[in-house]
Amino acid sequence: MAGVELQDSDDISGRTVTVAGRFTVRFADDYSPTFRKMEADPRPLTVDLTCLRRIDTVGAWVLHRLEQERGERGFETTLVGLEDGARAMMVQVGEACGDCRMHPEQSGRFLALLERVGRWISDGFKQLGAFLAFLGVTMLALGKVIARPRRLRGAAMFKQAEAVGVSSLGIIGLMSFLVGIVIAQQGAVQLRQFGAEVFVINLVGRLTFRELGVLMTAIMVAGRSGSAFAAQIGSMKLAEEIDAMRTIGMPPIEVLVVPRLLAAVIAMPLLAFYGSIMAILGGMFISWLSLGIPPATFIMRIQEVVPITDLWVGLIKAPVFGLIIAVTGCFQGMQVSGNAEEVGRRTTAAVVQAIFLVIVLDAFFAVFFTWLGWV
Amino acid sequence: MPDRMETIIEVKDLKNAFGPQVVHEHLDLDVRRGEIIGVVGGSGSGKTVLMRSILGLQPFAAGEVSIFGEPVTGLAEKEELDIRRRFGVLFQNGALFSTLTVAENIQVPMREFFQMTPELMDEIAAYKIGLAGLEPSAGPKYPSELSGGMRKRAALARALALDPLLLFLDEPTAGLDPIGAAAFDQLILDLKRALGLTVFLITHDLDTLYTICDRVAVLADKRVLAVDTLEELQKIDHPWINEYFGGPRGRAALAASAPSPQGTG
Repeated sequence: MAGVELQDSDDISGRTVTVAGRFTVRFADDYSPTFRKMEADPRPLTVDLTCLRRIDTVGAWVLHRLEQERGERGFETTLVGLEDGARAMMVQVGEACGDCRMHPEQSGRFLALLERVGRWISDGFKQLGAFLAFLGVTMLALGKVIARPRRLRGAAMFKQAEAVGVSSLGIIGLMSFLVGIVIAQQGAVQLRQFGAEVFVINLVGRLTFRELGVLMTAIMVAGRSGSAFAAQIGSMKLAEEIDAMRTIGMPPIEVLVVPRLLAAVIAMPLLAFYGSIMAILGGMFISWLSLGIPPATFIMRIQEVVPITDLWVGLIKAPVFGLIIAVTGCFQGMQVSGNAEEVGRRTTAAVVQAIFLVIVLDAFFAVFFTWLGWV
Repeated sequence: MPDRMETIIEVKDLKNAFGPQVVHEHLDLDVRRGEIIGVVGGSGSGKTVLMRSILGLQPFAAGEVSIFGEPVTGLAEKEELDIRRRFGVLFQNGALFSTLTVAENIQVPMREFFQMTPELMDEIAAYKIGLAGLEPSAGPKYPSELSGGMRKRAALARALALDPLLLFLDEPTAGLDPIGAAAFDQLILDLKRALGLTVFLITHDLDTLYTICDRVAVLADKRVLAVDTLEELQKIDHPWINEYFGGPRGRAALAASAPSPQGTG
C-alpha cells in the first residue's frame, strides 16, 4: 500500500507543500514531524491537499495543529483542496482536544523516594491494623457460628476441606516420603562415623513427628490453598461479588472466611499426621535398602524411641498453622481492590506471609514445648 | 456507486452451540460498507455470541464468517493482525486494561502497531478522550477510578484509537444517562460521516436504533429473522417483532424519532 508523499516547493509568494496519498494514522510518523517543523516557518504557507486519497482523525489533527500553531504566531497558512468532511473533522478534533495529562502526577526524584519510604511505613501500620481488625471480625464470626452451629455453611466447609486436604494427599505424600529418604540417607552417612547407624531411626522418627512432617505440610498447604483462598476471594472482590453478598445480607466473613478457616484447621492435623507417616515410610525404605534394617525392626524401634509427646507436639501445632494460613490467605484476598495486578500481588503476599508466620510460630512452639519439658 | 454496497462482514450458515444448547443455527448476515447496522434480539438470543464469532473470539460449530473478504478462522498470524488493525471493538463492560491509565489504554493499539513520536501519541490520546466525550481530567485516571458511563466512553476512545474502518459496539449506550446516550449516538453518526465508518451495533436502546441505524437485523429463533430498514421491519408479521416495535417503548421511540434527521447511508 502506498504511503504518503510530501512535495516541498518555494517561490516568491511563499512555501507550498503538496500532500498526496494517505494522510492516516498508519503513516503518521512520515508526515507528522515534517508538519511540526513547518509550524515555525515564518513564510506564508500553502498546503495543497487536492491529491489526498484518504484522511482520518490523525491527519485532521496534524492539519489542525499546524493551522493553530501558525495562527498563534501570526503566520499565514492556506489549505487548498480540503474536503468539507475533512474540514469538519479538523474542527471536531480541535474542539475535542483538551489540556490532558497522560499519567498521574509524579513528584521529583528525592521527594518520590521519601514518599515511597513514608508510604511503605504507613502502609505497614495500616496493614497491621487491618489484619488485627480482620482477625477480630473473623473470631467474632467464628464465635457466632460456634454459638449457633446452624449458621455454619457445612457444604462449603467440606468442599474447601476436600480442596485443602484430599486433593493434596498425592503431592504431600510424595514430598514427605522423599524428605524421609533424604533425612535417613544423610543421617546414616554422619552416624556411620560413630558406628551408630541404628540411631537413624531416632532421627527420622522424632524429627518428622515433631518438626518436619508438620512444617513441610504447612508450607505445601500455604502454597496450594493459602494462595487459592487469596485469589478466589480477591477475584470476587474485584467483580463486586463481596459487595453483592453484603447487600443480600450474607456476611462475607461468615460465608467465605469461616468455612475456609475451619476447613484448613480440620485438614491440617490430618495432613500433618499423614505426612509424618509417609516420611517415616521413606526413612524405613532407605534404612532397609542401605542399612539392612528390616521394616519390622524399624517399626518396633520407632515405638520405643519416639515418645508420645512428639506426636502431640506435631498435632497441636498443625491446626494453629492451618489457622494462620487460612487467615492470611483470606485477609489478603479481602484487601484486593482496583485492578487485576493487585490479585497477583496479594496472592504472593498471602503465601510469603503465611510461610513466614508459620516458621516464626514454629520457633515459639519449640521454646514453649521445651519449657513444658516435652523434649 | 457500486463499491459503496460492498460487503464487509459476511456470515453464512453459522452454527453456535454450547453443549446441547444451540444458540445459532443457519444464521446468515451481510454487513455492507459504510452502513450502521443495528442488531436487536431478546436477552439470550445470542447477540454477543454473534459478535464474538465475527471477531474470531468464539470458535463456532459450523458455517463461515469473513471480514473484509477474509475468513476469520485459519488465518496466518500476520494476516490476522492486518485485519484486526482495521477494526475497533467496544466490549459490553469496557474491558479496559486495569493497570493502565485511560490515556495509556488509548495508546496501547498505537504503540502495538505503529511507530510514532510519544508527543504525537499524547496529542492523539488527548483529542480521542475529548471525542469520546470525556473531560481532560479523565486522562491520567485508572479505570477503577471511573464511573460506569465514563468507562464506556474510555473504551470507545480505545476502540477508535486506530481510526478503524469497522467498529463493533456491544450495547454502547446501556448505562448512560439519556443526554449522554444522545451525545453518543450523535458522535457515532459524526464519525461515520467523517470517516466512512461501518458500524456493527448491538443495542437494546430503541432511540439509538431510530436515530442512527441504516438497517436493523433482528435475531430470533436462532437466526437472523430479517435485515431491513426499520420501516420495512415493522411490516413483518412475527410475534417478537410486533411486540418489540409495537410495545409502549417502541411506539414512544418511533414518535420521538419522527421529526429528527435520519442519517443517510
